[in-house]
Amino acid sequence: MSAELAEPASKIELPAHIGGGGEIPTFNITLRVRRYNPEVSEEAAWEDHQLTMYGTDRVLDALHKIKWEIDGSLSFRRSCAHGVCGSDAMRINGRNRLACKTLLKDLDTSKPITVEPIKGLPVEKDLIVDMEPFFQSFREVMPFLINKGHEPTKERLQSVEDRERFDDTTKCILCAACTSSCPVFWTDGQYFGPAAIVNAHRFIFDSRDDAGDMRLEILNDKEGVWRCRTTFNCSEACPRGIQVTQAIAEVKQAILARKI
Amino acid sequence: MQVHKYDVVIVGAGGAGMRAAIESGQRARTAVLTKLYPTRSHTGAAQGGMCAALANVEEDNWEWHTFDTIKGGDYLVDQDAAEVMAKEAIDAVLDLEKMGLPFNRTPEGRIDQRRFGGHTRDHGKAPVRRACYAADRTGHMILQTLYQNCVKHNVEFYNEYYVLDLLTVEEDAVREDGTPYKQKRVAGVVSYDLASGELHVFQAKSVVFASGGAGKVFKTTSNAHTLTGDGMGIAFRRGIPLEDMEFFQFHPTGLAGLGILLSEAARGEGAILRNSEGERFMERYAPTIKDLAPRDIVARSMANEVREGRGCGPNKDYVLLDLTHLEPAHIDAKLPDITEFARTYLGVEPYTEPVPVFPTAHYAMGGIPTNISTEVLQDNDTIVPGLYAAGEVACVSVHGSNRLGTNSLLDINVFGKRAGIAAAEYAKTADFVELPEAPEAYALDLLNHVRTSDGGERVAAIRKELQDTMDANMQVFRTAETLNQVLTDIAALEERYQRITVQDKGKRFNLDLLEAVELGFLLELAKVMTVAALHREESRGGHFREDFPERDDEKFMKHSMAYKDEHAPADGSAEAIAGIRLGTKPVVFTRYEPMVRKY
Repeated sequence: MSAELAEPASKIELPAHIGGGGEIPTFNITLRVRRYNPEVSEEAAWEDHQLTMYGTDRVLDALHKIKWEIDGSLSFRRSCAHGVCGSDAMRINGRNRLACKTLLKDLDTSKPITVEPIKGLPVEKDLIVDMEPFFQSFREVMPFLINKGHEPTKERLQSVEDRERFDDTTKCILCAACTSSCPVFWTDGQYFGPAAIVNAHRFIFDSRDDAGDMRLEILNDKEGVWRCRTTFNCSEACPRGIQVTQAIAEVKQAILARKI
Repeated sequence: MQVHKYDVVIVGAGGAGMRAAIESGQRARTAVLTKLYPTRSHTGAAQGGMCAALANVEEDNWEWHTFDTIKGGDYLVDQDAAEVMAKEAIDAVLDLEKMGLPFNRTPEGRIDQRRFGGHTRDHGKAPVRRACYAADRTGHMILQTLYQNCVKHNVEFYNEYYVLDLLTVEEDAVREDGTPYKQKRVAGVVSYDLASGELHVFQAKSVVFASGGAGKVFKTTSNAHTLTGDGMGIAFRRGIPLEDMEFFQFHPTGLAGLGILLSEAARGEGAILRNSEGERFMERYAPTIKDLAPRDIVARSMANEVREGRGCGPNKDYVLLDLTHLEPAHIDAKLPDITEFARTYLGVEPYTEPVPVFPTAHYAMGGIPTNISTEVLQDNDTIVPGLYAAGEVACVSVHGSNRLGTNSLLDINVFGKRAGIAAAEYAKTADFVELPEAPEAYALDLLNHVRTSDGGERVAAIRKELQDTMDANMQVFRTAETLNQVLTDIAALEERYQRITVQDKGKRFNLDLLEAVELGFLLELAKVMTVAALHREESRGGHFREDFPERDDEKFMKHSMAYKDEHAPADGSAEAIAGIRLGTKPVVFTRYEPMVRKY
């Protein structure tokens, strides 16, 4: 419950600098984009664009500038443009990120900024990959609440602590940044991958759920959690800040504690 | 071209579409078509909460919630619909909890609730804790939970299938009073598979539109790039009216210059607005509930502060959202995402610095008219058998002229569920309507025109000019002069739209083509919104006319209904813009008499 707060002051002295950001600087970048269109050529190729951008612009703004002003055929997915829908995961300067959450000014603009599709999933066109194998793994971990008891007339009770237990893994937006940053997934597309395990974790550690054992069984498979080699790429890639590697470790421990 | 056959086809896979699919999928053969992937839908961007009078933390009841909704909508709300929503809100929240939604909890383990704008105890006496929430990502958790349950129930999705046309037939029919009319019936939809560039016809007994809003008619908006009003546009082109399109909500706290939403939950948790003098100015505009006044009032107050020279920043064009008096731990627990937005996009640390904010185009109160059973109306009294709509694309109308915060997440759950059940039940007894000859012809023409047009005009340039004029002239403050300016601008842009060139001529993921089609909907809807705004010579809720600053119940206590009509005369009057005919529809009253709206 919210703590009762004292009423804030009706008027305060604002420091002179507040809000006074001055002119927003512009700067020049080279965006080096991996292009691929099998309707035109079987070969993928890099393409450079010199662009003038503003201080608050993101990689997504640079991609839009190309698409809207230079070459309409450049293809990429995007929707919300502020890091919650998970459409625009891509490999930016060799690291998986969301284009809408990566500010250009935070990158080294003295060198070309490289943008390419996430790895390990078939490329369809430019930065668009086939997401179906990714969602297939997600579906296989039974990512939904299973409760065997009688439905209460009101809500099920859950303590604040029990709710907190799986809070981190509820943040997942299924962008695939983690899974497609995993070297195991690159070499073995059968591996469930971090995102599916994160979503299994979200239910395994939910006190209201009764199917944790079944999920642990699924993840104890040879393509399950034991393939994880703890390289932490996934945790670094997660745009939601989920401790992915830790979640995988907790699932491993749960399998050991319950079964073996 | 492939033809598919389903009992129920749902267009859109956000909250309303998936809530409908969960019901419909268990009762009838159902397909869900979405131009995205389901989890990309903009329901996921909603932050603050979903109101229901659970009374978990303090006294509350659904009648108070009904009243707040009606008053919040400045009495243009259909009161029967508001009652349904407030009453069914309680089960809607409990349904989600049982589906697994991880709500924040009270120390007793029950669903926690917090304050939100316009939601009050006992008809306006004080703010009430009514919003159920999951941190400041309630919409994300609803979208994920609904998707998870669609997976559980094996709902069949067609991802990245962009619906371009609604197939209907018209039959001669006679009203009870003997007058003849044309009765529409649903036959299906036509969609464009983005991956392959192929058209697919879906024959269906029932069609549910749940395709969301149209915020991209504006430049500064909290809406996703993909919210281009396709569902409203498709229905309008096929002779379905659009209701109350002049009412668009501007959310007070968008990140200045960017429009990214900072939830009202910030103010629900105690944050306040200040102007350049450090003054908590909402004390002047809404003395009782101050910063928790409904959104239209707060947004106008902010714009007024800026207009009167008390804005902040180098251009004095925004105000400040002050959280600095809140405990950092409290902020982290209740508002983690939005404070992260301030850090990421503006480089502002909300613990210690106030955050620059300005109103951002947020929500269409209007849309495809339906009754409380979510059946779509082809005129004031006639439903279209088999056609349903729910969520932002629809106008029930529970939001009237201004939606209260959290009532959209509620709307999609209550009316999404109703739509799914109704569509499936209808399909059980109805027969398929025979597809018209060459059902894909209209969609094919549309695509071919866009693909082959070579006048050299760029989609992005036209869209930008549309958004610029809408922001400048159709935003928080409006006059006949500014609205006529928009119509003049749109006429010129429509003419240029006929001469656009898309550069991508391929079939595979041709998103250049997609954006061109979307722009067609944006232009059409912007015109409808503006014509309706010009016609409504009063100020009510989200629609504020400086040349008519008072609410005028005598003349305007009624919904507007805009019809596409090639024969509508253009005689230069507000009522007769070429191609659009305006009518009205009575507001449904049950027990609340209109009062002066003060907070």
